Amino acid sequence: MTFCINKAISFSAAALMGVSATALSAEDLEFYFPVGVNAPAVATIQELTDEWAAMNPQHTVSAIYSGNYEETTTKALTAANAGDAPQVAVLLSIDLFTLIEEDVILPISDIATSAEDKEWMAGFYPAFMKDGQFEGKTYAIPFQRSTPVFYYNKDAFRAAGLDPESPPTTWKEMIEVGKALTLKDANGNVTQWGTRIPTLGLGGAWLFGGLVVSMDDVLTTETGIEARMDTPATVASLEFLLELANEGVMAPGGNSWGDTPKAFLEGQTASIWTSTGNLAFIEKNAEFDWGVGFLPGGNGPGAPIGGGNFYIFQDTTEGEREAALDFIKFMTSPASAARWSIATGYVAPRPDTWETPEMQAYVERLPQALVALEQLPFAEREFATFQRAKVTQYLVDAIESVVTGNAEPAGALRKAQEGADSVLSEYK
Amino acid sequence: MNRGLTKLMLSILTAVFAAVWALPFIYSVWTAFHDERYAANFKWDAPWIFDNFVEAWHAAPFAMYFANTLILITIVLVANLILCTLVAYAFVRYKFRWAGFLFALIMVQLLISPEILIVENYLILSRIGLTNTIIGIALPYLTSAFGIFLLRQTFLSVPKSLDEAAQIEGASTWRILWNIYVPLAWPVYLAYSLVSVSFHWNNFLWPLIVTNSPEVRPLTVGLSVFATVDSGVEWSLVNAATLMTTAPLIIAFIIFQRQFVANFMRAGIK
Amino acid sequence: MNKRMTTAPAIIMLVIPCAILVAFTHYPAIMALINSFWNNASSRRPSRFAGTENYQAMLADDRLAQVLVNSTIYALGTVPLAIGLAIGMALLVNSRLPGTAFMRLSFFLPTMLPMIAVANIWLFFYAPGIGLASQILGIFGLPSINFLGQTETALGSMMFVAIWKEAGLFMIFYLAALQSVPTNLKDAAKLEGAGRIRVFIDVVLPLLRPTTIFVAVNALINAFRLVDHVVVMTEGGPNNASALLLYYIYEVTFRQRDFAYGATLTVLMVVLLGILAVIQFWLLNRKAHYQ
Repeated sequence: MTFCINKAISFSAAALMGVSATALSAEDLEFYFPVGVNAPAVATIQELTDEWAAMNPQHTVSAIYSGNYEETTTKALTAANAGDAPQVAVLLSIDLFTLIEEDVILPISDIATSAEDKEWMAGFYPAFMKDGQFEGKTYAIPFQRSTPVFYYNKDAFRAAGLDPESPPTTWKEMIEVGKALTLKDANGNVTQWGTRIPTLGLGGAWLFGGLVVSMDDVLTTETGIEARMDTPATVASLEFLLELANEGVMAPGGNSWGDTPKAFLEGQTASIWTSTGNLAFIEKNAEFDWGVGFLPGGNGPGAPIGGGNFYIFQDTTEGEREAALDFIKFMTSPASAARWSIATGYVAPRPDTWETPEMQAYVERLPQALVALEQLPFAEREFATFQRAKVTQYLVDAIESVVTGNAEPAGALRKAQEGADSVLSEYK
Repeated sequence: MNRGLTKLMLSILTAVFAAVWALPFIYSVWTAFHDERYAANFKWDAPWIFDNFVEAWHAAPFAMYFANTLILITIVLVANLILCTLVAYAFVRYKFRWAGFLFALIMVQLLISPEILIVENYLILSRIGLTNTIIGIALPYLTSAFGIFLLRQTFLSVPKSLDEAAQIEGASTWRILWNIYVPLAWPVYLAYSLVSVSFHWNNFLWPLIVTNSPEVRPLTVGLSVFATVDSGVEWSLVNAATLMTTAPLIIAFIIFQRQFVANFMRAGIK
Repeated sequence: MNKRMTTAPAIIMLVIPCAILVAFTHYPAIMALINSFWNNASSRRPSRFAGTENYQAMLADDRLAQVLVNSTIYALGTVPLAIGLAIGMALLVNSRLPGTAFMRLSFFLPTMLPMIAVANIWLFFYAPGIGLASQILGIFGLPSINFLGQTETALGSMMFVAIWKEAGLFMIFYLAALQSVPTNLKDAAKLEGAGRIRVFIDVVLPLLRPTTIFVAVNALINAFRLVDHVVVMTEGGPNNASALLLYYIYEVTFRQRDFAYGATLTVLMVVLLGILAVIQFWLLNRKAHYQ
């Protein structure tokens, strides 16, 4: 339908950006990509890839769907270790340190050296660029980024006598509003909770990161060797989670990531804290009036960012790198990014994407999509260090032990900090 | 009179028990055939739809996954049948000093199956460059201790007289194996095949770590990849995918119920 | 049997198959032992000899302590329950009650499904508030239970899933045994005036012993081997409440990429299974002796 228009726009946009088939050598690109959403993502990536290939007939590119994020990283690392690395891949932003440690990627800032290139790199949202930088170099280009937002049931708000256009913005408000929204049946069992924040597993750790940001601190820094797990901000964040349960606003025990949107749709909870990537799913299935707001914050708004970036691999020739860079420029160009963002709900990584006609139409139809963007200035990187999986597990254990009532916040976080320090000590 | 009442009560209780036991499965079928909004809501008149299956089919390369699983179980089964027959036959016909020891060594695999040694087995595959291949998934299972055990039991029960008669007529070792032992063990081969197919169709952890691309991924891993996404899980889709991937086994079971059960029983008694 | 056969065919028949088996069973076990004394290599440095470092880390690992407790409870819980249910189901299916075909289908179907499918179905079933289990509780006026989100119920929920999947398979083995119980024995007992229950306890149950041993061994092996549901449903959580040993090995090795520690844990697992095997063997020998 809009495909022809899209094609035209992307051609002209690409021409405008000076992305043209200038590379002289013929390169074969292998592009690994993950799919992390219930969306026709594979088809869209294939379309975009084919378009670039059509514009650059001397190159070939094969887009290889590699499963979810974890698998794509494993596949890329395994292939690189076997000497058969892809040229370019979309991998988690938080995998940066692992990829650097395994010595498989190179700084894109070393390839994108012309003045034009530098201008292009400056055109991305700083929040998204920051977590791809290490020791002054940029290793990654943002592609499919996400951030959690606060979805709420406007009808439930109305029923509780609350203003449906003003969702809570602070923790205190969240608890007050939550109490009004919690409904019980004749037997005293809760039929609708005030809110639901995922607390289990990596999803829980992600949202926890947002709570910490809203208390003016961060969980990790760009050095990759610092994990700030035992700070006043983290203790306060865990105490907030406990308070929600104690005040009867949120179900006690751990909340899983996967069921959270469904619980919202079924009216089991009046609000949820989950990824902007769920927009499409909720829009399609919600049978009530719903809105999106900032995540309620402790000292002010705060959120984590997640998602995937483009990386270029080290085991590549000069020509392959140029072609890969060209490919990345195309995929992150306003037209492509707009299509990708609309199809999946990911936040477009460049401001100029929002100017495109498709995005403007999309935003008009679904103003909720803008909230993630407006929250961006208050967002910080997701938890990432060297030996990320191992170190994150300490945090996950701490959060889980506290929300299930098996530990106190201070003690649990201290233990987590000790564990993290013991792993990271060899990097200092 | 009392007998009749007891029997009736027992029948009802049993029916309820069987129904409750089947409940999770029935729930899954319900979700797969209805729109997402009925996934957690039970309404009698909710329309039955096929859309979930169509969507699930297109959302991930299930056709490829099916093919991979079929290739995998075929490789394993054929290798098992041949290799286990050879080993069982050798044990039955040859007396050598360390036969007992060797047999015990083989039986260790019953307890320490390849998944237990997942770490080292993965490293071995990695060293010989067979990770992310179907043959790599199959390799640790090509010789099955269970198969050897079953076949040895069966071959032991072949009457010596048949064997000796054939030898007198000058038949070679292979002839005897093919013409006497194998035909007599036919039901056991069938039983074992069912067990093997069922096991390898359903195997998950080992294929999970061996494969990392859709071209070699079998159904179980494909289903898991499909069901774990960044955004919230769509139940009707996941359940449709689940049913789709298990449908062949279920349908085969329903059709061949009697044979299935008889063969599993036989595998057990022997 | 016949020693006139040359050894050449014997070697052909034995060597290749056994080589494959040894290559993926005995050789890796030894390699695990060797590797447990080295630490991890990364792209920046090769692995170095670490002596007993990994084992010391293992002793200090309180996640491992939890995992071992979980695995023990899991094994001790699922095996007897699965057996008990299997015997009950076999008796029901073997009886002359109506609808035995449906019963058999219902009980055996979970066995045909891959554990990963079973896990997805139960994940859905257990979801607090919106899953069927909670809805049923709601009908009885009870509050919904957060099965997988509480440390108290997570392991039990996993155990139930495993039992649901396995009981049907064991039922089949018991069916076979029941159907091969010589009717003349039962008739003789009845003639002597023994009631139905007496007949069962004194005649049938002892004859089921070999099957029970077979089933128990199988159930025990599966209790250690099958962790697919943990991977999908809880990832060992919350707070390691549902982590089983093989799952922990998988997490440490393939998620955290700590192959050295994974090898160490593998050694532990092999040793534990070896001890279990010896105990079983000893128990079996004793029983056989007294028969």
